Amino acid sequence: MPSAKLMQGNEACTIGALVAGLEFFAGYPITPSTEIAELCSEELPKVGGKFVQMEDEIGSIAAIIGASLTGKKAMTATSGPGFSLMQESLGYASETEVPVVIINVQRMGPSTGMPTSPAQGDVMQARWGTHGDHPVIVLAPGNVKECFDLTVRAFNLAERYRVPVVVLTDEVIGHMREKVVLPDWKDVEVEDRARPAAPGGYRPYEADPDGGVPLMAPFGEGYRWHVTGLFHDETGFPSGKAEVADRLLRRLDRKVSKNEPVIRDYVTESTEDCEILVVSFGSSAMSALSAVRRARREGVKAGMLRLKTIWPFPEEVVRELSKSAKAVLVPEMNLGQLAYEVERTVGCHAPVVRIGKVNGDLFRPDEIHDKIMEAAK
Amino acid sequence: MSDILKYFRQDRLPHIWCPGCGHGTVTGALVRAIARLKLDKNKVCVVSGIGCSSRAPGYLDFDTLHTAHGRALAFATGIKLARPDLKVIVMTGDGDCTAIGGNHFIHAARRNIDITTIVMNNNIYGMTSGQYSPMTPKGFLGTTAPYGNVERTFDLCKLAEAAGATYVARGTAYHAQMLVDLCEQALTHRGFSVVEALTQCPTYFGRKNKVGGAVELLEWIKDRTVNSKAAAVLPPEKTAGKLLIGELYKNPQPEFCDEYDKVIAQVQRKFDGFRGGVRGCEQNSD
Ligand SMILES: Cc1ncc(C[n+]2csc(CCOP(=O)(O)OP(=O)(O)O)c2C)c(N)n1
Repeated sequence: MPSAKLMQGNEACTIGALVAGLEFFAGYPITPSTEIAELCSEELPKVGGKFVQMEDEIGSIAAIIGASLTGKKAMTATSGPGFSLMQESLGYASETEVPVVIINVQRMGPSTGMPTSPAQGDVMQARWGTHGDHPVIVLAPGNVKECFDLTVRAFNLAERYRVPVVVLTDEVIGHMREKVVLPDWKDVEVEDRARPAAPGGYRPYEADPDGGVPLMAPFGEGYRWHVTGLFHDETGFPSGKAEVADRLLRRLDRKVSKNEPVIRDYVTESTEDCEILVVSFGSSAMSALSAVRRARREGVKAGMLRLKTIWPFPEEVVRELSKSAKAVLVPEMNLGQLAYEVERTVGCHAPVVRIGKVNGDLFRPDEIHDKIMEAAK
Repeated sequence: MSDILKYFRQDRLPHIWCPGCGHGTVTGALVRAIARLKLDKNKVCVVSGIGCSSRAPGYLDFDTLHTAHGRALAFATGIKLARPDLKVIVMTGDGDCTAIGGNHFIHAARRNIDITTIVMNNNIYGMTSGQYSPMTPKGFLGTTAPYGNVERTFDLCKLAEAAGATYVARGTAYHAQMLVDLCEQALTHRGFSVVEALTQCPTYFGRKNKVGGAVELLEWIKDRTVNSKAAAVLPPEKTAGKLLIGELYKNPQPEFCDEYDKVIAQVQRKFDGFRGGVRGCEQNSD
């Protein structure tokens, strides 16, 4: 039975995770993400799941990778300083293809920054924070309901492609309360990783070199396989061979890049004839949308593109929508991170205007509206 | 012999360790203990960090996880908590365990999670070719201690005990039989068990410190240790400055996963079986 409830973004993320089949949470308290850990500690044992508060975020992500290797769906939640500490094993999960979900409720950085203020400064870190080329998927909810939807989706994508998936929210999305109508749990589509049928002849990393996803056996079921963060061949054992490394890294990358059209997720409004295209995400997009609507009412052909999947970056969509634009505006609570990608994609077709806000305050719609009017002149 | 060979991935041999390295002796002792206990290969999971010692699981025929430097115990905590029925063993080096992994080590001990940790202490960072570690004795040389190490070492066993480990033992590659016994005791102990295994690194520690090759290093290990039972009756001057070997601490305490299961038993509700069903939320958010 669909039910309406007043809830917080962090709560919606947790419920989404539980509906997606979360069985294991490891985390370390940090504002503004802590409610997720608190709720998991309360709810998981009720469904026979496990919660553990680790000694730090390094341990938290390590523990969820361990749990995921036993076949359980596992997640952690954190914010900037903790997300920085997780980078090491985020790379490990990419290299070893262990599905995990990381919720990063962004706050102002760098460093301890402003713990209770929203920001969107982790866009690039979420993509490139760990060393080496690596696949990662990053989703960005724009309201409380989407915290639920995209956390479910994060689990589904993690299971399908065997990659770490980051749900990138922020302090406002995480703490904001909205009335949310959640679907009947039974109507929610939930995916599970593909498993081998039986241990005989299991080659843990055998897959189509063009972005194939290998079958994943759970630990403790007789497969007796080896997992390592070293470059490895199809058997899972380390290999120093150049062609093995090349094949693996390209396959890992292709898992995501090849499937970008499927992973892609965005919302548009008034983009059919738009001359001023506003590209945004998360809580900035709420203010941006209100600015776009006002500009429209005032006769300016403004349009809005809100990204729900940030990485892989939907180049084709941005290129297409910006074709007829006189200007592309990118409001975000950082000094221009998503804007880098937009600039790269739009090229010389239209000027890209960075609208960065880094004082810990949310955009006011009129700040963005002013920029739209300026660009429309 | 054949009963221990079945626990090895023989097709992965030869191993990467240098001639004379003690890591093989320690690995052999662990596997002999596993064979004695006739553990089911399918229900053992061996986890390691990074280092020469941490390569051991790759040669063992279990589910094996070679993680990041220092993190083995954190990964192992996830595995054990998710699958308490598995026998989880961590193989780690002195640097991996006490330097970069020190925090995970004391917290795993504090939780008393049922994991057996075998620390291969060769008093040096082997894999990165001989830098000093938190277990390099004062005055000894390393490539980053060219004038002699000025830092003090941990007493790893006392550290483990103080942090909450409920079984602590120290053995050596010289006393190979005793090491098998200690591993066996650790494996049968329910709770966090630690075996510090003193082992030799002839390539870096022995050569740099001019102690000699494998044989001389084993003699050196023998000379700096004394059996804890013998020590109890020896005059203090005979034991001064020596490391005790044998079972050093045993104090069974409630185990972490068992305690968590008690919480589950208290709060778990009946659900309709559908995993998305009524699990989780509405009915649970009271
Ligand atoms: C984060 C990180 N820092 C440093 C290293 C480099 N490194 C690899 S092994 C090692 C030391 C291993 O020493 P120890 O744990 O004593 O094991 P041994 O090789 O002596 O068996 C270091 C520093 C690394 N792999 N990762």
